[in-house]
Amino acid sequence: MSVLVYTESENGKFKKSAFEVASYAFEVAYQMGTTVTAISFNANENDALGAYGVAKVLNVTNDKLKTFNAKAYAQAIVEAVKKESAKVIVVSSSTDTKFLAPIVAARLSAGYVPNVVAAPESVSPFMVKRTAFSNKGFAHTQIDSDLKLIGVSNNSFGVKENKVATATEAFSPTLGEGDFSALSVEVDKVVGKATIADADIVVSGGRGLKGPENWGMVEELAEILGAATACSKPVSDLGWRPHGEHVGQTGKPVASNLYIAIGISGAIQHLAGVSASKTKVVINSDPEAPFFKAADYGIVGDAFEIVPKLIEKLKDFKAKNA
Amino acid sequence: MKILVCISNVPDTTSKINFADGGTKFDTTGVQFVINPNDEFGLTRAMWFKEKQGASVHVATVGDASVEPTIRKALAIGADEAIRINSVPKDGFFVAQQLAEIVKSGGYDLVIAGRESIDYNGGMVPGMLATLLDMNYVNTCISLEVAGNKATAIREIDGGKEKIETTLPLVIGGQKGLVAESDLRIPNMRGIMMARQKQLKVVEPINVQTVTNDVKFDKPAAKGAVQLVTTVEELIELLHNEAKVI
Repeated sequence: MSVLVYTESENGKFKKSAFEVASYAFEVAYQMGTTVTAISFNANENDALGAYGVAKVLNVTNDKLKTFNAKAYAQAIVEAVKKESAKVIVVSSSTDTKFLAPIVAARLSAGYVPNVVAAPESVSPFMVKRTAFSNKGFAHTQIDSDLKLIGVSNNSFGVKENKVATATEAFSPTLGEGDFSALSVEVDKVVGKATIADADIVVSGGRGLKGPENWGMVEELAEILGAATACSKPVSDLGWRPHGEHVGQTGKPVASNLYIAIGISGAIQHLAGVSASKTKVVINSDPEAPFFKAADYGIVGDAFEIVPKLIEKLKDFKAKNA
Repeated sequence: MKILVCISNVPDTTSKINFADGGTKFDTTGVQFVINPNDEFGLTRAMWFKEKQGASVHVATVGDASVEPTIRKALAIGADEAIRINSVPKDGFFVAQQLAEIVKSGGYDLVIAGRESIDYNGGMVPGMLATLLDMNYVNTCISLEVAGNKATAIREIDGGKEKIETTLPLVIGGQKGLVAESDLRIPNMRGIMMARQKQLKVVEPINVQTVTNDVKFDKPAAKGAVQLVTTVEELIELLHNEAKVI
């Protein structure tokens, strides 16, 4: 019996969420009196997981798995679960993971609970707290199956150090042709820029910015802060920004440390989608904008005056605190 | 091509969410229910396949009789036939197993479900369904073309998109992008009248063990008042020293 955690990497390097899910797995293992085994794909520096409580790493090295493939990765995870006799499987909430987790759950008849935001409330019965109704509520969900699969919300539990001795072993799951029946033929991805899913800070613009030509200052602000850029639904519907930037109930959820909303009034759907962000700042000329009720800090005023000033002063701040 | 669109009956996106019976269930009082937005994009794409490629389109949902207005709306939009599995949806795995029975007996080539429902946000039904049926599967799908047995899908990934080639039979988890927001259809009077003539088949659920159970719900703690500042210097100072996020 152990807890198995799927630690995601990109180009061989672990994502920050890998350390968060490992930390979560350690908490579960601690409560259950067992240890954590991780599974990684083509990852380097697997020993780094030891800092977050991972006692053993099953590292899969396979050129066919260089590009993410949901079915093949799921098959490898299922095999690792069986090899380790794992009872609990912990995964992240990335787009890739949400793609593969239901496959793992169905193959193992495991109760799958995604969007989990806190350590288990108890392990017998197994009870976790998760978001529901698109962040407008929480559910306390009991998992009754023998095998349990938990998807941890990004940036909710946090990265926690628990140093243990760790050992890495090569793991070669049996993959057949059928595992590659859906094949990636082209990936179009921005490199070297923070994504909404992983960024600590997200800078977002709404219709108050009047047109796509005015996004230069949003991008500049994001660049200074190392932030990802996002937008409201009307902005993506108008085609001012790509759909992938739409955050909110029907777009991407945001769970950053800091969310800055510029010229976004704060429709209920938008506020739901960004509510998991820890600190929210609103800049809007309308003091009655609903976003002011959901924000931690606000400036009432014209974004076209405030944002350039903010950029200038943040440059000074960054220069001083570099 | 035979298409099944899986529909979830969810509170309208503008709904305020409350819980009843000591926080043990969702309070539906005064709530307007709609087709789950992610499913509606898929349904609209299915209508395109019907009109351009001669596909037949069925819709299925798991729910009690109260969900019928939502599924009637799908018929009014243009689906040919509807199936209601007569049970409250107990959890994602339960729903996937019920739908799998429908897909098996109906011989569908393409199953379109939403990436997730906006009520319980499980996001697991399409993937489980594909696995139970051993069909191909693409999630967060924002574009889908089918030519003969071959399907080309584009899915959204963190920070971009990915093109995937696969074959039918296929299950997709769809979302906005499958069609544009402006392509969504409001049923017209003719559609509503025709929907009344279409078959809405009610089938009983198969016996399935539920694996998860929402024991209790609560709402996020009320938020403190916003702290208004007048200068950007003050804002930077607060973000650095108080919130400690920069």
